Amino acid sequence: MIFDYNVIWDALPLYMSGLLTTLKLLALSLFFGLLVSIPLGLMRVSKQPLVNLLAWLYTYVIRGTPMLVQLFLIYYGLAQFEVVRESFLWPWLSSATFCACLAFAINTSAYTAEIIAGSLKATPHGEIEAAKAVGMSRIKMYRRILLPSALRRALPQYSNEVIMMLQTTSLASIVTLIDITGAARTVNAQFYLPFEAYITAGVFYLCMTFILVRLFKMAERRWLGYLAPRKG
Amino acid sequence: MYKLEVQDLHKRYGSHEVLKGVSLAAKAGDVISIIGSSGSGKSTFLRCINLLEQPHAGKILLNNEELKLVPNKDGALKAADPKQLQRMRSRLSMVFQHFNLWSHMTALENIIEAPVHVLGMSKKDALEKAEHYLAKVGVAHRKDAYPGHMSGGEQQRVAIARALAMEPEVMLFDEPTSALDPELVGDVLKVMQSLAQEGRTMVVVTHEMGFAREVSNQLVFLHKGLVEECGDPREVLVNPRSERLQQFLAGSLK
Repeated sequence: MIFDYNVIWDALPLYMSGLLTTLKLLALSLFFGLLVSIPLGLMRVSKQPLVNLLAWLYTYVIRGTPMLVQLFLIYYGLAQFEVVRESFLWPWLSSATFCACLAFAINTSAYTAEIIAGSLKATPHGEIEAAKAVGMSRIKMYRRILLPSALRRALPQYSNEVIMMLQTTSLASIVTLIDITGAARTVNAQFYLPFEAYITAGVFYLCMTFILVRLFKMAERRWLGYLAPRKG
Repeated sequence: MYKLEVQDLHKRYGSHEVLKGVSLAAKAGDVISIIGSSGSGKSTFLRCINLLEQPHAGKILLNNEELKLVPNKDGALKAADPKQLQRMRSRLSMVFQHFNLWSHMTALENIIEAPVHVLGMSKKDALEKAEHYLAKVGVAHRKDAYPGHMSGGEQQRVAIARALAMEPEVMLFDEPTSALDPELVGDVLKVMQSLAQEGRTMVVVTHEMGFAREVSNQLVFLHKGLVEECGDPREVLVNPRSERLQQFLAGSLK
């Protein structure tokens, strides 16, 4: 078996622009996903049944259907309706990048909301009592004690979610985007070298995962140090 | 005039009545020890004072200001005005059995949190105050440590500093030494004794008979949700009149 380095070398610019696309998709969907997931997570621990039910329904539906189905529904499905095609949203909804980001953000927001809700529920009861006992209002208690502590404790699980999202962005190649996987598909289509094309894509994902894992380790050292064993 | 007055407090869990009408009045500088066996309702009573538990009947007054209470749908009383409750809580510091320090904050951050974000003190003033009280309770060298990295005795002293930094009218102690190793108990009791000598008003639920006898000027013995006996600790502990207290002391004083 001979590995065709030349083809891959020549295709590197394509892979690099694919890398940029992957990073852009990942960053945008994580940012908006996280933004939505914090209120959703708070809703999931609400004692108001209706508020809780709405958030539960959202995370249930999103987590209960495959990412690919959601992406197809948003990118191909919505375009079927004339109302959508004629609405002011069409310039966005006809863009593959926008649709992919939207689908990914919705997906990660549901998973992250459950992580945050779990972390909020695991807050030691005594710490909540201490916050009440010094006279904090509910809002202040969430802002100063519950969320800072829950978000920190959610870090290890969230790093897992981020890595899953990185791999999930490869689905964008199915809706015409040239991300890393898209680049690999293009190379394969041109030269029929599936092994070389996809192993290169795999190496790119591995490197990114490695960097993400390191970044999260640093973040945990910085913000979760209080849970680590005492040093020195 | 009383600093803290609690009148005829009732509390039940389901059909089980834990408090059947307990009253207490503390003047400025009073140190009141509440003793009693497990299940006598002493912790519940203390936790009703700042509404961490909801009583079913009774009145709570701080500096003659009555906490306005309204019944919720289960019949328990809740604060009519959350703002008033928050204001009163900020003047009634509580020290817990299990310390309840905020685990993601260092000792110093724990202490300045409420002065800055509840009382609206400037961060600089709060830090000065925090350093002062940390030194006072003898854990200044641990100011940048997280609670998880401190011993129980250190954590409880930080918790006392946190309560002090609020400059409260009355301090509530809920079995502050019960979760500590015997050798650490002394450090915490010494701090509490010095607070009592400064004239701070304290209500202390405790199992430490030595503290109750030597430091407090009032003793309340709770039994089955009622005040069985109360008075000057030196008299009450030496000559208990009720059979219950005699039995209790025979079991605890060695």
